[in-house]
Amino acid sequence: MSDVLRFGGHEFTSRLVIGTGKYQDFPTMQKAIVASGAQMVTVAVRRLDLKAQGEKSLLHWIPKDCVLLPNTAGCFTADDAVRTLRLARELEIGGPKPLVKLEVLSDQKTLLPDGEETLRAAKMLVADGFTVLPYCSDDPVLCRKLEDAGCAAVMPLGAPIGSGLGLRNPYSLRMILEQAKVPVIVDAGVGTASDCAVCMELGVAGLLVNTAISGAEDPVAMATAMKLATEAGRLAFLAGRIPRKLYGSASSPLTGLI
Amino acid sequence: MQATVNGERKELPDGLTVAALLLHLGVRAERVAVERNGTVVKKARHAEEALAPGDVLEIVTFVGGG
Repeated sequence: MSDVLRFGGHEFTSRLVIGTGKYQDFPTMQKAIVASGAQMVTVAVRRLDLKAQGEKSLLHWIPKDCVLLPNTAGCFTADDAVRTLRLARELEIGGPKPLVKLEVLSDQKTLLPDGEETLRAAKMLVADGFTVLPYCSDDPVLCRKLEDAGCAAVMPLGAPIGSGLGLRNPYSLRMILEQAKVPVIVDAGVGTASDCAVCMELGVAGLLVNTAISGAEDPVAMATAMKLATEAGRLAFLAGRIPRKLYGSASSPLTGLI
Repeated sequence: MQATVNGERKELPDGLTVAALLLHLGVRAERVAVERNGTVVKKARHAEEALAPGDVLEIVTFVGGG
């Protein structure tokens, strides 16, 4: 079955993108990436620790065939996000139109995205030749504006970053899915494997998960569970579920009863 | 000369290029990117771009993130 997710010249058969933050150690992270089947992982851009030279860096532990998706975590203005990604581009992320995760947050407490600054940054980055995947609120109007600005996907939240609350507003997501001509990826909010299946069954193109895997008691087992749930949810979506009915509907024939 | 590197004031030899600065600081990371006074210095220009007193430099790399 050819069921491929495409952005910016890349093709992915895995629909689970995972973050590389907050693992207890690099070997666990590496095992979790492999177990998840992810073909793309997010990374952050930070000052090099000049006193810790010689230690094996993050990249040593990321499988070589994984596409790196640099993020702008910690940025609160469009200008900071653009500056961060221009530096990320110099880190040889590859391709003429490098894939980037744009994330401009509003405040430290909620970590909710700032739609106005995200849209402003998206326009600058698209003009600068990036393939932009923006993390955003689950607002169909904002998602449409980001798509119109040239983003290669939209990545509405299921719930606040790291909250593990699962998909809080499936109706809003359904509206986004109905109108979107670019892939919709649910980024943030997933807490456990069933949340992955719920989102995928609605028809989202993919999921981005970090804390729910890195913070699980057994991150490698959770990565495996989420891989399976993402695949199961995708298959169920493609299979086409039965309509919901209020009353019972017999599975066995009503004729020929003795 | 004095310059600010990753937020810290440092005394550096005069006449360093970006490439020489990385060597001077012992940077051996697989991948780093350098910004000088708010502008990215392309890797191809590291050996040519000369630093000046008072420069503000950022040397960044990838770390884990979501």
